[in-house]
Amino acid sequence: MSAVEVRNAVKRYGALAALDEVTLAVPEGEFFGLLGPSGSGKTTLLRAIAGFVVPDSGEIRIDGQRIEGVPVHKRGIGMVFQNYALFPHLSVFDNVAFGLSVRGVPAGEIRSRVAEALRLVRLSGLEERRPRQLSGGQQQRVALARALVTRPKVLLLDEPLGALDKRLRQEMQVELKLIQRTVGITTIFVTHDQEEALTLSDRIAILSEGRLVQVGPPAEVYERPATRFAAEFLGEANLFAGRAEAGALRTPSGLAIFSALPLPPGREAILAVRPEKIQLADLAMRAPDGANRIEGRILRSIYSGSSIAYRVEVPGQELTVFEQNRAARAREEGAAVALTWAPEHSIPVAP
Amino acid sequence: MAPLAFRTVLALVLLFLYLPLAVMAVMAFNQSPLYALPMVFDTIWFERLAQNERLIGAGLNSILIALANTVIATALGTMAALAFQRYTFRGSSLLQILLLPPITIPWLIIGTAMLVLFFWTGIGRGLHAILLGHVALSLPYVIVVVGARLRSFGVSLEEAAATLGAGPWTTFRRVTLPVIAPGVVAAALFAFAVSFDQFVISYFLAPPGVSTLPVEIYSAIRKGFTPEINAISTVIILVSMGLMLAVARLYRFGGER
Repeated sequence: MSAVEVRNAVKRYGALAALDEVTLAVPEGEFFGLLGPSGSGKTTLLRAIAGFVVPDSGEIRIDGQRIEGVPVHKRGIGMVFQNYALFPHLSVFDNVAFGLSVRGVPAGEIRSRVAEALRLVRLSGLEERRPRQLSGGQQQRVALARALVTRPKVLLLDEPLGALDKRLRQEMQVELKLIQRTVGITTIFVTHDQEEALTLSDRIAILSEGRLVQVGPPAEVYERPATRFAAEFLGEANLFAGRAEAGALRTPSGLAIFSALPLPPGREAILAVRPEKIQLADLAMRAPDGANRIEGRILRSIYSGSSIAYRVEVPGQELTVFEQNRAARAREEGAAVALTWAPEHSIPVAP
Repeated sequence: MAPLAFRTVLALVLLFLYLPLAVMAVMAFNQSPLYALPMVFDTIWFERLAQNERLIGAGLNSILIALANTVIATALGTMAALAFQRYTFRGSSLLQILLLPPITIPWLIIGTAMLVLFFWTGIGRGLHAILLGHVALSLPYVIVVVGARLRSFGVSLEEAAATLGAGPWTTFRRVTLPVIAPGVVAAALFAFAVSFDQFVISYFLAPPGVSTLPVEIYSAIRKGFTPEINAISTVIILVSMGLMLAVARLYRFGGER
């Protein structure tokens, strides 16, 4: 049985569909990421599961129970808000104890469970502080401890790391994943940060305009994007549009792109190729048999330390290629290069 | 040059604001009823004041009305502010805009209007009518002050409380109210001050034989000025300033968050 199940959920705001027939199932213990641009409906979906948004139609189940009519405070969820929403008038201890105390848990048990939760997020010793005396990262941990201490069935995270700076965010990503594994709680989180989604999730759902575009493990969604949107939103992608002919796609400018995956013969198709899958070589280099090889000219190079991104002009379009920074210096702008990649890296995507 | 000019202006403003009050307070302790100098220190006017049953009675009326007004206006206003923040309903923005004119419309006009309405509806005049008028007058202040505090927190604290298992009433008692408390207290002080200092509406709505302190002072002045007025005014000034300082302090505390 899935811990959380959403079936045909629809939520409209006027003419705008924030949720358009969304169906998904999150199994027990999974770390599930909702990824999408702003306005894609990811937050609406999270808030519908929490109970702050009532879908116009469709079903939402937690632990098999339908919960559309159940008010937020009886849903047995834990939630971490984007701005943490810590109670400013309460100490760290009382913040974490809040959920237990409203449930009438005895004082002794509250003390031990709060202590346990604070140990889990490595904040022991800060019980008496007020939220405003804590750093952003510490506030984030308090919010997490507060959400976990009541042992909810589902943990909902709304852009949990959005307010932290990059370094702290990376640290917290590792820690968040570790805590989630330790507790084993079903977790659904919303993010617009693709790297965060890839790092944290067991599975990712990509949303666009209220619809689920693709659901799957991070590597699958990244390596096999289903649509053009998924390919471009999660990571970067070079797209070739053209007509499919006998195992290759021919672009209007005459390029023939091979794909190991079946193409619809005689029909319009799009192939996506990730920039890091393409190798750059001198023109003299020959490609292995069956590999794609096209020639182009380097327009620009963008240096970013461990790797260099090149914009390369090929007939009819420009491509982006990432190359590991192994050479002593970057390739010169204007240089003619051969671009090669294996046909299994040309992924057909829906428009 | 500029700082000097600013300081001069500031000094003049303070002077015009507080000099008359200071003179009044000092003269309350002058033995001569005719402001004669040199001043002879005496507390005779405070003693006379203590025996003046009309002034004392009016003072008690004022305090009673101000307290009742504070309780009623603060409770109603806080509820209204919460409603404005939480719900979007038909006419919500119109209602919020309608809150502001009573603050700017001259009291004389509001007082006249109330007198006409109360007379016409049979509510009539008396302490109850004065209280009604004061509540109507202080409600906008309460809603604006509490509303500002509410807005600075948004709804996420209440949402967080709900996800933690707190029902609406528990959330209000344990999260909303403590968080907006400084705003509510400040609003209550405003409500008290608006009522306690109110003259025009009280004057219009007070039947013969019933009066509040400002009304009684006014009639006393008309009959013939005595330094007892200086004495009671000094008392009122101290109370009012004390209240306002309390408001200011609370607001600073609120601002820190």
